[in-house]
Amino acid sequence: MIAALILLPIGAAVVALLMESDVRRRRLLVGTAAAHLGLTALYWCNPPTVAADAWLGFDSAGRIFLGISSVLFLAVAFYGAYRLGREQRGRQAEVDTGMPFINAPEAVYTACLLLFLAMMTLVAASRHLGVLWVALEATTLTTAPLIYFHRQPRSLEATWKYLLVCSVGIALALLGNFLLVVASAHADGSGGTLVIRELVARGAELRAPWMKAAFVFLLVGYGTKMGLVPMHTWLPDAHSEAPSLVSALLSGALLNCAFLGILRTHSICAAAGIGDFSGNLLIVFGLISMVFAAAFLVNQADYKRMLAYSSIEHMGLLALGAGLGGAALYGALLHAVNHSLVKAALFMVAGNFVAAYRTKLVGQTGRALHWLPVSGGLWLLGVFAITGSPPFGTFVSEFTMLRAAFAQGREWVAVVALVALGVAFIGMTRTFLCMALGPEPGGGKFEIAEKEQRAAVIPALVLMGMSLWLGLWIPGKLHQALAHAARLLGGRGP
Amino acid sequence: MLQIVLAVALSPLLPVVIQRVKALFAGRQGPPWLQGYFDLWKLLRKGGTYSRTTTWVFRAGPLVNFACLLVALLILPLGGLPAVVSFDGDWILLAYMLALGRFCMVVAALDTGSSFEGMGASREVQFAVFTEPALLLGLAALARETGMMSLSGMYGELALTGEVPFRILLSAGMFILYLAENCRIPVDDPATHLELTMIHEVMVLDHGAVDFGLIQWGGALKLWVVGALWSGLLPLGALRHPLALLLAGLGGLLGLAVLTGVVESVMARLRLLRMPQLLVGAGMMCALSLLLTFR
Amino acid sequence: MQDWMGNVLIALILTDLLLLGSSQLRNAIRLMAVQGFVLGLLPWLAHGKLTGAALLMGATSAVLKGGVFPALLRWASREIHVRREIEPLVGYIPSLLIGLGVLTGAFVAGARLTLPWASPSPLLIPTGLFTAWTGLFLIMARRKALTQVLGYIVLENGIFILGMVVVEAMPLLVELGVLLDVFAGVFVMGILVFHINREFSHIDVDQLDALREETL
Repeated sequence: MIAALILLPIGAAVVALLMESDVRRRRLLVGTAAAHLGLTALYWCNPPTVAADAWLGFDSAGRIFLGISSVLFLAVAFYGAYRLGREQRGRQAEVDTGMPFINAPEAVYTACLLLFLAMMTLVAASRHLGVLWVALEATTLTTAPLIYFHRQPRSLEATWKYLLVCSVGIALALLGNFLLVVASAHADGSGGTLVIRELVARGAELRAPWMKAAFVFLLVGYGTKMGLVPMHTWLPDAHSEAPSLVSALLSGALLNCAFLGILRTHSICAAAGIGDFSGNLLIVFGLISMVFAAAFLVNQADYKRMLAYSSIEHMGLLALGAGLGGAALYGALLHAVNHSLVKAALFMVAGNFVAAYRTKLVGQTGRALHWLPVSGGLWLLGVFAITGSPPFGTFVSEFTMLRAAFAQGREWVAVVALVALGVAFIGMTRTFLCMALGPEPGGGKFEIAEKEQRAAVIPALVLMGMSLWLGLWIPGKLHQALAHAARLLGGRGP
Repeated sequence: MLQIVLAVALSPLLPVVIQRVKALFAGRQGPPWLQGYFDLWKLLRKGGTYSRTTTWVFRAGPLVNFACLLVALLILPLGGLPAVVSFDGDWILLAYMLALGRFCMVVAALDTGSSFEGMGASREVQFAVFTEPALLLGLAALARETGMMSLSGMYGELALTGEVPFRILLSAGMFILYLAENCRIPVDDPATHLELTMIHEVMVLDHGAVDFGLIQWGGALKLWVVGALWSGLLPLGALRHPLALLLAGLGGLLGLAVLTGVVESVMARLRLLRMPQLLVGAGMMCALSLLLTFR
Repeated sequence: MQDWMGNVLIALILTDLLLLGSSQLRNAIRLMAVQGFVLGLLPWLAHGKLTGAALLMGATSAVLKGGVFPALLRWASREIHVRREIEPLVGYIPSLLIGLGVLTGAFVAGARLTLPWASPSPLLIPTGLFTAWTGLFLIMARRKALTQVLGYIVLENGIFILGMVVVEAMPLLVELGVLLDVFAGVFVMGILVFHINREFSHIDVDQLDALREETL
């Protein structure tokens, strides 16, 4: 079953590489994504029990992140098949800079997308920190070629930064894994382990100083990938230069994978009795990320960069929730789900804007509601969803986390977080409203480059709808899984 | 006492050995074995000529340098054989004797007021900035490794205990120091006559007669002193008899001279800009051997 | 056995120092090859005996880091005509001096960090820390993309050395997975270097600065 989930996209990737026809390859992409989601749904309906010492298996936390990745991937595959069909052949000019470029071969691109799905599945399935590390590094490697789809200097620069920064970060995480082995070994050097279940079970006998060092390295390493400030430098560049569907996957799925790595480590720390140490570190990094990202959200000139900074802010929020623990952990997991849905939808809408306006600059767009009615409408709704306004799911999850912060007597944490959220709200709303309702450049002579097609908006509509649905009613199965995962990772249900 | 007599008497042989090795490589015959003595004999008999602009400093330079080297010889063990005088911390005195000798030579060169000598002096000091810390680090490493604080003690102990990697590192560093201190290729070319590229030779351009004789002799003694520091690092633990130790020490010096000749034959002089890199490299090796003693 | 391990580790420290001071890319690649090859000896020296797993690990690592990576980089440097680092952000002598300071720090740290059990060699942790730092430093202080790739490999080498402390606990499968990832990473970076060279007709990474913040 697990093997099927992982091997299916890998097999499809191989086929995609060999395939001649672009059209059939796009069908393969969507078909594989649908099959993957089907298998995932099967898993959700009747989760098999996982052997205690197995390296692979989906516990409730793994199932949640698997679900996010799978749903998102299907939406993106659908959108991507449409976008790839619209790509011009041969030499074309980049938006804004006018730099001439050609596309990377579509076969490689599709294969990398599918491999990325396989590696995300492996991350969610990992119950061994070594395997988790290997899978996370593999996600970096499979996404790097995706960012460099449009072969032009700016995307190349972004790819290089992404690859180098994340590789170095993840190398430090490997060091953290070694330290963890030292922390867990018996006095004679035997018995060191990286199996998560075993580590949690033997929590009390882990060596605290080594455990702390291990957590710091793992936090810095996976935090780089997750985009926590100050290790976030690759994130805005990669998100703004990558094709929009890749940005959607990076923000919605990849960052979550890294978050899962941190959550696993944090749960081991909690079992070892140094949950306060790791929790406080997470809170500090979370708050720094939120405040920093909020500052960059105001007056951001490039709307894809703005979405990227918003991702940093939300990752900060997730780290904060995980650090607070208790009911906030439930909130954080729920927020991971909500944020992924909304952010992926917004990036896809942003992709429509880039295609229509031929620019990523806020100042060059306007009256989106008139030119692209559905996209513009989604954009307007999205700003409320992403800033955590009711009735969207993000409101529920943010509210859960902040309430937990107050309940724990950490008013200052909550206040700083609220201020950051407020600043982000003001900054983002202003820009979003300008784009949707403000005047377009060039007055009456303006004409968009691409009319809105149904295929371009349906995936975003579905995702946004799911976010709205989660705001009104959380399904029982999801609630159970979230509560169980929160307990598993050292917190508790709401 | 025999060591000092031997040093003073035999040291003029060493430059000749180097020259003959080089000649061998070039397919020439080279100078006669006693050429060093002939030169000294010629120079020491000559009457000097002094520029009107020079003062007593100019004359004192070579003399003080020679005296400093003699003092250094007093505390220097040869091939595991203890020195005449030995006390705790004498290795610092040794370093300072070498430095004092250099200082006097530099001051004497500056005293001429000639731009050539000034240039040579400036380079000499510039490279000393790198070699002196390296020498001190190397000797400190020896002191840590053996737990002794006097040169005789250190070298005596090292012959019995020293570890292989430590020896290799330190002797590699010391060998570069030996080349640098004695102005050999690749740091300086003693055979060249182009003042712009030389260091040592250009510094002593205005010296003549007795002074120059002392400088030549001093140079030979320096080969002996720094060479003894190096050859003491050889693994001589099996030897017990003093005569055997003495012969081994002399053999080490001779071998080092041959090695230098080989290096001079196969390498070209480095560019001045690259020199600090080489010397820092030597310092690194000495420092690393010091660090290794802390494990 | 332990003495041998010490000697190998000292050789590794020396290659690090030489890497810090070498300006010729060819020399640096050669040093990296030596380092990668020597690294392959560590698993069985650390085990103390020649087990199948240690042999496989060591051989794979030696072939990959001592043979494949250097060949890849050498080929790349020839193809794109990069021979030397012209103006490093930090000069070679300062690099060496900083390196010496860090090496001292690594020795101090190695002495402080007492493992719960006997380490295979007292030099293991300092060497690993210093090698990892050397890699990081090369990534930060050099301009050429190719040197940065080299730095990444050295960083991985350092972590590999540190991993020898826990060599018993890491399953072979995971170790091989790690190596595979590193290989794929270097491969992708190598391809990108080519693209950078073609797009910008140079590989000076500090000139990749088009992406930065602009406000409305």
